[in-house]
Amino acid sequence: MFSFCTDPDALEGVKWLSCYLTTGKHQSMYWAVGTVLLLLAITAPAALLFGFGGATAARSRFRPLAWFGKIYISIVRGVPDIAFFLFFVIALDQAFEWVRHQVKCPDWDQEIWQGNDFRVCPEAKLPLGNAAQWVHETYGFFLAVLTFAIVFGAFAANVLYGAMQAVPRAQIETAEAYGMTHRQSFWRILVPQMWVYALPGLSNLWMVLIKATPLLFLLGVEDIVYWARELGGSKTAQFTDYPHPDWRMWYFAALLVFYLAFTRVSEIVLDKIMRRLTKGQATMGGEKQRKAAA
Amino acid sequence: MKKLVLSVAALALTAGLASAQTVRMGTEGAYPPYNFINDAGEVDGFERELGDELCARAELTCEWVTNEWDSIIPNLVSGNYDTIIAGMSITDERDEVIDFTQNYIPPAASAYVALSADVDLSGIIAAQTATIQAGHVAETGATLLEFPTPDETIAAVRNGEADAVLADKDFLVPIVNESGGELVFAGEDVPLGGGVGMGVRESDGELKGKFDAAIQSMKDDGTLNDMIKKWFGDEALVF
Amino acid sequence: MSCWDTIADYGLRSLGYGERLLPRSDFTLCQQFTLIGSGMIWNIYFGTLALVSGFILATAVAMAKAAHNPWLRKPAEWFVFVFRGSPLFIQFFFAYFLFLSLKSSYPVLAPLTAAALGALIVLFLNTAAYSAEIFFGALQSIPKGDVEAADAYGMAGWSRFRRVIWPTMLRLGWPAYTNEAIFLFHATTLVFFSGFPTTKQQGDALYYANYFADKTFNPFIPYPILAGYFILLTLVIITIFGRVNAHLNRHLPQAGRSRIRLRPQLIR
Repeated sequence: MFSFCTDPDALEGVKWLSCYLTTGKHQSMYWAVGTVLLLLAITAPAALLFGFGGATAARSRFRPLAWFGKIYISIVRGVPDIAFFLFFVIALDQAFEWVRHQVKCPDWDQEIWQGNDFRVCPEAKLPLGNAAQWVHETYGFFLAVLTFAIVFGAFAANVLYGAMQAVPRAQIETAEAYGMTHRQSFWRILVPQMWVYALPGLSNLWMVLIKATPLLFLLGVEDIVYWARELGGSKTAQFTDYPHPDWRMWYFAALLVFYLAFTRVSEIVLDKIMRRLTKGQATMGGEKQRKAAA
Repeated sequence: MKKLVLSVAALALTAGLASAQTVRMGTEGAYPPYNFINDAGEVDGFERELGDELCARAELTCEWVTNEWDSIIPNLVSGNYDTIIAGMSITDERDEVIDFTQNYIPPAASAYVALSADVDLSGIIAAQTATIQAGHVAETGATLLEFPTPDETIAAVRNGEADAVLADKDFLVPIVNESGGELVFAGEDVPLGGGVGMGVRESDGELKGKFDAAIQSMKDDGTLNDMIKKWFGDEALVF
Repeated sequence: MSCWDTIADYGLRSLGYGERLLPRSDFTLCQQFTLIGSGMIWNIYFGTLALVSGFILATAVAMAKAAHNPWLRKPAEWFVFVFRGSPLFIQFFFAYFLFLSLKSSYPVLAPLTAAALGALIVLFLNTAAYSAEIFFGALQSIPKGDVEAADAYGMAGWSRFRRVIWPTMLRLGWPAYTNEAIFLFHATTLVFFSGFPTTKQQGDALYYANYFADKTFNPFIPYPILAGYFILLTLVIITIFGRVNAHLNRHLPQAGRSRIRLRPQLIR
């Protein structure tokens, strides 16, 4: 990084540290922070979408759809996320490739399952065998986002389901009295009002999501925890210019600070949103705000 | 996203499907000197150098990928990369599921490392989870203490949680050398496994053939032995 | 070997009874079910003890957090913030280091570095922090009228807390607390996965599932078995907590009961 970094053995103190902290490997770690933030930014709305779909399905008057929604919510909530992550990505990847295989290679005469091997025709591989590395990484990232969204979507569905039930019946009845159809009262009355009931649950879910990111390395995405472990482990002089003993303690302390700061910022932002949503609502919180302003 | 992986040759992006497929080499990146991530954040080590040479000889375009050790075989059979080149010992269990090329490192010893040479090897022995060493310790009747990473097994010996650690000797040598006498080898070396080879899918006979031939040619002209000596020291076993 | 023999050999393997060596070849479904089930003993052990002990501390911390006195309130706030704000596995990591150094200065504390005690303490503190936040939220939403009614009856101090505030707090917080219990049991799988070392191959359900996935190289059998066990466990938790909930709300009219049940509170 810096010009004086050519001979790390001769360096000391701050200079050594500044060279050490800017090695290519450390830069990978700083990039990983971005990866984690990007994943969170994409996963949160995706999980919300899954959750909304799940909750709507569970409330559906069409029985099979309601069952599907309820089964999705209860099964995925019942399984530890870590157990899910350990096999789900491979399963998802194989499922995609199997579907593509059926579509793209209908004339393929070989078995897909040859003993232990899973083999689809080359055109069906995801990504294609000759794709660039960044395509592979993007695909892996996409699978991770999808897995996270499915898992956390189930929890979000549970929260939203409860929130939809919590909107006072009288509101829906009034909508019906005004002659609104089921669909109209759902979109115009129920959905706008449910958020205030859902927000405490959703904000907790967001906190859980933040703290689930260390599991990303199970999904093949190199996250900050992977790098902290990799960089912190003791290094012998034979393989690096910056040998050091087991420094995981310091790296993990840095992670701790990162997570605590991230949580704190989230708390403050969510608190603001809650206050905004509560405004004008017929709840205790809304009443309190009204009185405080008056 | 930062590239962990460098393609060996320029990628044939514009070439059609008919051209040579890229061979993706799966490794762990946490097991020096076999494979590790260097200061620049790239895969490095004995297997990086060996793999690049093998690909050159077999006229293949290769790319390096890292994967967690635990799921390294499921991801191979599922087709996420095409070879495993990660210091993987050839064992019967593994051979049932995947195929191995001929070994590129002769059957090497595992060794115990402890704080003193006369430690009781039937006491508490640390090993990395899901390695042949862990299986061996469980069979000897010693109390097995398992850790997820090799680093933690060494740390456990240092802080007295375990009496000794059992691991590949090649992995332990640099650690013992640099410990300044704190850590020493204890007991006899234990021969485990049938050497280290490259793992390929059972249905990939053609690829296996190419790498087999390339390894053979490196054995024949002595370059493999030189490479082993370069990375593992002059006392390392050679062909 | 019949499945009954396997169960006899491996049913209590996670506690160290039965066969010393784990199966090494010719893996059967029965072996996978038995050993992973055997590992569930640890998950239930960690989950149940942490939940019960954490409940008591959580009540105390929630009261402290709601207190006016900053000497009570500030430490409680920090405790909740630190444990809720950091990933569990980092807590495990630091706890293990701390316990190791404690052990070297005070040999009496040696059992702390074993998962059975050390991990339990971490889980206990962790669940106490999460539950305290739930109970704190519930405390804040206790209807003012209830407390005023208690005052009118001349209740104060301990009796007002025991007969009015505490039951109402539990009733309001219970749905969220049910979620917390589920999460806690799920979190017990992290103990051996990224926290504490496994001794003599006596691990939890995830450890054995991992063992089989590693030996058979097929993740599609052991992990779904593990998932199945946890779904069963979750159903049991939901049933027990549902009973408690019904008990807590027994004095309310039927309609009111369901309204409280469905009101979403905090989930972890």
